[in-house]
Amino acid sequence: MSKSNLTRRGLLKTSAIAGGGLMLPTYLRAAAHSGFTNAPTGDTVTLGFNVPQTGPYAEEGLDELRAQELAVEHLNGEGDGGMMSTFSSKALQGNGILGKKVTFVTGDTQTKSDAARASAKSMIEKDGAIMINGGSSSGVAIAVQGLCQEAGVIFMAGLTHSNDTTGKDKKANGFRHFFNGYMSGAALAPVLEKEYGKDRRAYHLTADYTWGWTQQESIAAATEAVGWQTVENVLTPLASTDFSSYIAPVLNSGADVLVLNHYGGNMVNSLSNAIEFDLLSKEVNGKNFEIVVPLYSELMAAGAGENVKGVIGSMNWNWQLTDEGSKAFTKSFGEKYGRPPSNSAHTCYVQTLLYADACERAGTFNPCGVAEALEGFEFDGLGNGPTLYRAEDHQCFKDVLVMKGKENPSNQYDTLEIVEVTPRAQVEYAPDHPMFAGGDLGECNPGA
Amino acid sequence: MDAIILQILNGLDKGSAYALIALGLTLIFGTLGVVNFAHGALFMIGAFCAVTLSKIFSLSYEVIDESQTDFLGNPLKVQTPYVEAWFGPETGAALIDWSVPLAILFSIPIMITIGFIMERGLIKHFYKRPHADQILVTFGLAIVLQEIIKYYYGANPIPTPAPDVFRGSYDFSAMLGFEPNSVIYPVWRLIYFAFSALIIGAVFAFLQFTTFGMVVRAGMADRETVGLLGINIDKRFTIMFGIAAAVAGLAGVMYAPINAPNYHMGMDFLVLSFVVVVVGGMGSLPGAVAAGFLLGILESFASTTWATTTIPGINQIIIYLVAIIILLTRPRGLMGKKGVMEE
Repeated sequence: MSKSNLTRRGLLKTSAIAGGGLMLPTYLRAAAHSGFTNAPTGDTVTLGFNVPQTGPYAEEGLDELRAQELAVEHLNGEGDGGMMSTFSSKALQGNGILGKKVTFVTGDTQTKSDAARASAKSMIEKDGAIMINGGSSSGVAIAVQGLCQEAGVIFMAGLTHSNDTTGKDKKANGFRHFFNGYMSGAALAPVLEKEYGKDRRAYHLTADYTWGWTQQESIAAATEAVGWQTVENVLTPLASTDFSSYIAPVLNSGADVLVLNHYGGNMVNSLSNAIEFDLLSKEVNGKNFEIVVPLYSELMAAGAGENVKGVIGSMNWNWQLTDEGSKAFTKSFGEKYGRPPSNSAHTCYVQTLLYADACERAGTFNPCGVAEALEGFEFDGLGNGPTLYRAEDHQCFKDVLVMKGKENPSNQYDTLEIVEVTPRAQVEYAPDHPMFAGGDLGECNPGA
Repeated sequence: MDAIILQILNGLDKGSAYALIALGLTLIFGTLGVVNFAHGALFMIGAFCAVTLSKIFSLSYEVIDESQTDFLGNPLKVQTPYVEAWFGPETGAALIDWSVPLAILFSIPIMITIGFIMERGLIKHFYKRPHADQILVTFGLAIVLQEIIKYYYGANPIPTPAPDVFRGSYDFSAMLGFEPNSVIYPVWRLIYFAFSALIIGAVFAFLQFTTFGMVVRAGMADRETVGLLGINIDKRFTIMFGIAAAVAGLAGVMYAPINAPNYHMGMDFLVLSFVVVVVGGMGSLPGAVAAGFLLGILESFASTTWATTTIPGINQIIIYLVAIIILLTRPRGLMGKKGVMEE
């Protein structure tokens, strides 16, 4: 009778080691074969859409998700093709990316950096996502961008407006289609000067985090350059819901303009509170009091309701643009979802197409090849006119919109009107501009 | 001086909301001994009662207007509210405009019913359980309620304006002898303060001057003895839960024009309201009201530029700082009684 040496403990240990080996993340195995993270081996390629599906920016995130689903449909040759027909690059054929059918997985950022990193990590490691796209908040974008750099995948940031995303926190694997605080300032200042004059005293309320700080710095610098004076800058906690105690002292400060460096729920509440105090009907220093919201979004404008009437701000893109690309996207999105797309939806849609196009042009999914194809890429037909993805900092440069709350909206989507399309040349800046100083793009990381 | 008056005014409306929520919390704690973390959700549901009534009044039928186009270039579907068709354009528009004040009547039966269901369906099973269990179950309930609201109403804030006649602000400057525009304050916030004072007064009068109130107060002081007298104190306490829910709901209804309601607004107020209850003294109704106004005013002063530049971040910690100081010097809070939560 033979005697077995296999003990219960030994069996458990062996099973654990074997199981662990089998459960190694897909990307490690794939990477070992092809030299970069999550190289697609079958007939599909998986994109990761990381957007806020819960939390205060959920509506924004869900609109991003709608747009990304639409982009996947168009890439796979379904639907009317949307902007693929107007895009100046003709590399996309409607047969997926590099012949592989596009699939996608989604993650919920919850507009929290740690949750966003966790969901992106899960999509990369468990679902084999080859790139991460989307998001709403600069804090989240910077956190996820760092993770994607380490993991060796391309990150296309969604709605992030802080100068830092492509400034001190820029990364070689990260790209941003959205505009930034500096560009808002450069676009807004001349319009504000034209509308309200040179001799103005501005009081800033600023959300106390990276986006608020850089936007305030940018708007203050741009308006001071046209002769305005910054009377006060008050930092407000991000969790604030009632801004009345911050707004009450504004009239006594001698200011005649209130600049709300707020976004999302903060913007809706601070603007509503300012209207409650009747600021727009007051006269200070012999001038009508004015309110400026430097960063607008259609969804936030809808949240603020009629309080946005006459208030000036800036936007990345708007469905009312009349270029062929914007019209094609608005038609495609509107027919599928019964509503016009928001500017976050547009950003995430075009980023998905641009990523796919870069893969086609590079002939590879290798993130370093894709990054190289995106760097310095000039194109047209995706809204906003001729556009550049600058190689030095991976910031996108294009026309910027100055918007105003509509006085007589005809329906629930008709909240804002385009005051001016600011040409790209006016919002460009040098890569070593002091507001974007520090940080290093570094080297592209293919992972593996 | 004008800045001081402005911040006191400012603190009064914030304090009104804290006081109303804390009053309800204290009523529930004082009668049923339950620490109700779902109370903020009742405030939020109250605000959504205003949203719901506004949406009901705005229910519309579509008429195709061939002369206008929508964003896709199709003929525009013009929405006309049913109330305007049924009652005429002026009356219909007035109903929509006055939806928030009308929601006060709409919300009372709804909030009392929700209070009854919460108490009979869930919370009564936790009366004899430790406070930690009560906190966990009511906190869970709060999350469930806010997720339900988010499912039906979405995550974005929904603007719910006050009637036109109450919009804008009132300038106290001339009355107080200051320069024009020195002391201005929104009309609706003044109404909110007056409304809160009325509700607080009504609750105190109800407890002080009615037989029902007297029995409830006796039950709060000595539940067993009242029970031995043959009085069904549990039934009365259940009614008090419904009243507390209605108070929180009314606070929410009237708050809707101040901050556009969103599903998370209850949580924003909940923690601060608990601090108010603790500072006021657990189980003390006058303590809850006094602490609500006190902390509201202090929070308002701490948000001034002078305060935030002198001590950065003071606006975020002032309430907790005051709570620590009061609990160190008066461990039972401002008006707390011996024996409450001390077993």
